[in-house]
Amino acid sequence: MFEIQDPNSIQLNSEGQLKHFITTEGLSKALLTEIIETADSFADMSAQQVKKVPLLRGKTVVNLFFESSTRTLSTFELAAKRLSADVLNLNISTSSTSKGETLKDTLQTLEAMHSDMFVVRHSDSGAAHFIAEHVTPNVAVINAGDGRHAHPTQAMLDMLTIKRHKGDFSPLIVAIVGDILHSRVARSQIHALRTLGAAEIRVIAPTTLLPKNIEALGVKVFTNMQAGLKDADVVIMLRLQKERMQSALLPSESEFYKLFGLTNEKLQHAKPDAVVMHPGPINRGVEIESAVADGPKSLILDQVTNGIAVRMAVMSMSMSGQMTEKNLKSEAQ
Amino acid sequence: MLVIQNGRVVDPKNQLDQTCDLYIKNGKVAAIGQAPEGQSISQSIDASGKVVIPGLIDLCAHVREPGYTQKATIASETAAAVAGGITTLVTPPTTKPVVDNPAVAELIIDRAEATGLAHVLPMGALTQGLQGEQLSPMHALSSSGCVAFSNARQGIPSALVLLRCLEYAATHDFLVIFQPQDHELAAKGCMHDDTTCTRLGLAGIPETAETVEVARCLLLVEQTGVRAHFGQLSAERSVRMVTDARKLGLRVTADVSIHHLLLTDVNVNGFNSLFHVIPPLRSQLDRAGLLHGLVTDGIQAICSDHQPHDPAAKQAPFAATEPGISGLETLLPLGLMLVKQQLLSLPQLIEKLTSAPASILQINKGSLGIGSDADICIFDPETQWQLSDENCVSAGKNSPFMGVPLQGKVIHTLINGKTVFQA
Repeated sequence: MFEIQDPNSIQLNSEGQLKHFITTEGLSKALLTEIIETADSFADMSAQQVKKVPLLRGKTVVNLFFESSTRTLSTFELAAKRLSADVLNLNISTSSTSKGETLKDTLQTLEAMHSDMFVVRHSDSGAAHFIAEHVTPNVAVINAGDGRHAHPTQAMLDMLTIKRHKGDFSPLIVAIVGDILHSRVARSQIHALRTLGAAEIRVIAPTTLLPKNIEALGVKVFTNMQAGLKDADVVIMLRLQKERMQSALLPSESEFYKLFGLTNEKLQHAKPDAVVMHPGPINRGVEIESAVADGPKSLILDQVTNGIAVRMAVMSMSMSGQMTEKNLKSEAQ
Repeated sequence: MLVIQNGRVVDPKNQLDQTCDLYIKNGKVAAIGQAPEGQSISQSIDASGKVVIPGLIDLCAHVREPGYTQKATIASETAAAVAGGITTLVTPPTTKPVVDNPAVAELIIDRAEATGLAHVLPMGALTQGLQGEQLSPMHALSSSGCVAFSNARQGIPSALVLLRCLEYAATHDFLVIFQPQDHELAAKGCMHDDTTCTRLGLAGIPETAETVEVARCLLLVEQTGVRAHFGQLSAERSVRMVTDARKLGLRVTADVSIHHLLLTDVNVNGFNSLFHVIPPLRSQLDRAGLLHGLVTDGIQAICSDHQPHDPAAKQAPFAATEPGISGLETLLPLGLMLVKQQLLSLPQLIEKLTSAPASILQINKGSLGIGSDADICIFDPETQWQLSDENCVSAGKNSPFMGVPLQGKVIHTLINGKTVFQA
């Protein structure tokens, strides 16, 4: 009776270009590769003396953060500034929503200020999708994390990091470890890795931290860390929130660390040239040993640097997708 | 005397399905087929090519009054009911204040009578304030017109309190209606816990949130012998448990909402909040189990689980929206969809919407036998139409079925022999 909505219908324009960036799910390999390659070129530029390009000159980018964040917010801000945009940071969790204003009202208020792009972080899954559905035409929406659903720029910066260190995705075994249940990062990584053709994607966690039927997303499930790490090329650790102990998902931090914390000893099971990643902020001694986090296999700081480049890429691509759509519409009239 | 001429009269209670005339006098069915002698016909309705059935009885419809009149009122929703051929509504006790004292029950019944459209039969709260701690004054509520008692989906954490409620209800042979949901297992969930939920990253409600509570209730029903009804089952396993309990001779019945018979969790893709309902839309297997229950007597009735909302209630990220579908006007046409798909025969469908709910409530309605109340629905089985913002009578426009091609439309509704709706 109803057609099932394609997740792409909201984020692509009629030419198949990105106009919002909501999720990595369903995006083509070509488009994901384009994001990685565009970001790669920006990453090289960031190392130079003059770090700015005029791609978003005259545009206003609003960072709309309903959940607190340090690194994501600051890398989005830097990315927008390097694209020459005007940037407004709004931390909504402490302002309007506590006054009872609905998300839609907040959005309309901000639209009245003639913004060109919203970068949205929200604790509800589907929030960025909701905003993209209700935003005025020609305004781009970038998902900076919605609930447990998606964190596509984090996933793409991880893809860029993997690409820069491993080159080709097709032979790779990638293991994602920890709180998969609550992780928007893991979901976005899984979709991206699958589309980019990684040989095997594994998730490693106790059953209490695994969402139902996660296998359906195309991953292999391991509840034993050593078995799951065997021959892995890339190990991605996820942050474990302290609240998980209170909600009876785990007995204690120490038991989790003993079984699933990444130590140099456990890392022996992975390939000798394996790399270690973490979306941050890290909990030393909870999900990762300091010696690993600061060790030679760790790419954690590279991820942050690549984050700026990836955010520049999706911001410029989405803005350009919006412009194309606007031009097509005015031609049609 | 009024005559409804030449319609296909379907009255499952009396195993009647034939084209004939129906005579109504003094608000009651006076005769079927042959006109009674010595009576003059003062009024007639031509029902050629139409189907004449008892007015529908909806076992669960929220009318939002008192307390939530920004969403809907008794006046607006009884008007929507009769436009959908529904002549009797049973309303849950979750109004504000809740139906835990006779004044609230009387207010609901009085307002419905003053409006003069559908009959509204309130459920009383099983515990005071639906808090799950102290028994409500069930006898007084029953005397004021409550037809059943329920704690809605609020749950009664203490098995001892629940046991006492059921014992007390059994003392007076009151009907208890369960809307089974384990609070802790349902937690902050908003959709069925399965693949779609995992992909969308929403908090899931596992099947066990329903089945654990169904099992607990059934054991206490067995112990107390109370008459019990399960409203809006969503899981295949619940249907099996209720079926088995009936085989053991327990006095239990069940209903299912029409949308659980047509939709599954996959419909939530795209975060469309119109598909946000509690209990959640479940898997294809569950849907098949519910349909199977309808033909094997595991589930006796179909309801609308009508929950009208103001537009703002549905305009937010999925989990932040309020659950529920506005369903009065689509109950019959969606039911006819099941007939068209040959999942039910027409008399089977009509039974689930009329005589079966009447029998669960033990009320003298839902049939066209001579002497019964002339609450009647006449529909045109051929009319193709779509529900839209403009033609939707309910104050709640929150239906995922807006714009879906429907077949079969109510053209005439009578209550106590009087026309209350005419298309």
